[in-house]
Amino acid sequence: MRRLIVALALALATAGCGTSDGPGVTVAAAASLTEALEALGGATFGFAGSQQLVAQVEARAPVDVVATADTAAMDRLVRGGLVETPATFARNRLAIAVETGNPDRIGGLADLGRTGLKVVLADPTVPAGRYARQALDWAGVVVQPVSLELDVKAVARKVASGEADAGIVYVTDVGGASQVDIPEAANVVATYPVAVVRATGNRAGAQAWVDRLLGPAGRSALAAHGFGLP
Amino acid sequence: MKRVAVLAGAGAALLVLPLAGLLQRAPWSTIGSELAAPEAREALRLSLVCSAGALAVAVVLGLPLAWVLARSSFPGRSLLRALVILPMVLPPVVGGVGLLAVFGRRGLLGAHLGDLPGFPLPFTTAGVVLAQAFVAMPFLVVAAEAGLRQVDRRYEDAAATLGARPWHRFRTVTVPLIAPSLVAGAALAWARALGEFGATVTFAGSLPGRTRTLPTAIYAGLQSRPESAVALSVVLLAVSLAVLVGLRGRWLGT
Repeated sequence: MRRLIVALALALATAGCGTSDGPGVTVAAAASLTEALEALGGATFGFAGSQQLVAQVEARAPVDVVATADTAAMDRLVRGGLVETPATFARNRLAIAVETGNPDRIGGLADLGRTGLKVVLADPTVPAGRYARQALDWAGVVVQPVSLELDVKAVARKVASGEADAGIVYVTDVGGASQVDIPEAANVVATYPVAVVRATGNRAGAQAWVDRLLGPAGRSALAAHGFGLP
Repeated sequence: MKRVAVLAGAGAALLVLPLAGLLQRAPWSTIGSELAAPEAREALRLSLVCSAGALAVAVVLGLPLAWVLARSSFPGRSLLRALVILPMVLPPVVGGVGLLAVFGRRGLLGAHLGDLPGFPLPFTTAGVVLAQAFVAMPFLVVAAEAGLRQVDRRYEDAAATLGARPWHRFRTVTVPLIAPSLVAGAALAWARALGEFGATVTFAGSLPGRTRTLPTAIYAGLQSRPESAVALSVVLLAVSLAVLVGLRGRWLGT
């Protein structure tokens, strides 16, 4: 709720002045894009779970570009008439994050059903959580997670800090933890769309940044951080 | 005078308008069914249980702390007071990281307490209570200490000359004298615990029925069920307002 109120307060404070007070571009992007987009640069970034990105844009937060980790979140913004036509710019896959050195000897999704194992997943309301649920369903594995985290970075942090034994994250988000691969056939491909926000006060700047993301500079930054390209 | 009124009005508007915006977006026609949903009821129940637990911790540990800060004199007292207030200004998420560093499975204490029943604390309801107590207790300590400093000690001395032992004196003379401060501090601490989000998700995680309190449920619901998220926010506001208004009217006479 605090975030919602902040978004509302921001929207009130900036009502009428838009974001045209400078040449800068503000990009609201999925948490899993943090490292790749910061390497690309060229804008001010706000990273969050995709559900929060949608809430921000719907609350008319001063954002010029939005990039989500699934098409469902973007579709919602498209239906609301809040963004221009989106373009796919990256793909991602899931992996299992385990403690450094894999002390519990986790070999694949099936091991996550083990009793006594502390498994953390992302909440099904964020794309990473929905994809994880999908992959587990396909594998026929029943997991009793100890927590459903609110964004994918939080899952990786809980594993890297040793509080949880394993978690399902994107290959790009394993972070300080160790990685156990999920075979292609059992994996889920996440599609990342980007779009210019209609309410932007800097349409030219926003479009230029999107073009840069879709161009060679963006592609090499994304590839360097483990993303697949469309 | 006029200028003061204008500024006061702007101040009130800054605080009240976002709440009004929330009410304006609330799904009034379906609010009943939104709140009857099992996830909503579960989150509300958990929030009430945990915030009550956090308040109990804050009183049991915070009142003695306030007593020591107000009544005894020892080197480093002002430093201790500053440290006790720090959680009020610390970003809650950072508080959560600190709690993990101490009580987490790999934490300073947590690593040694791991085998005891109820440990490790992360991912448990007790962990939620601990996170909420961490952010809420300073409010109680500050209010209770201020109250203790204002007490006319002659009442306590009179009770002592009549033979009242310290604990009896504290209960029957001191506590009634500081009751308004204590209740105000308790109300603030409870409200802070009820709205707690950052330290809770960082330290205890977010599992429906166990660690997902109202603020976390609201955050999680923002995309999938925004109507439900706003409905829950309205309930959170209503519950807090009812308690705060009720306490003020009854105890503080304002």
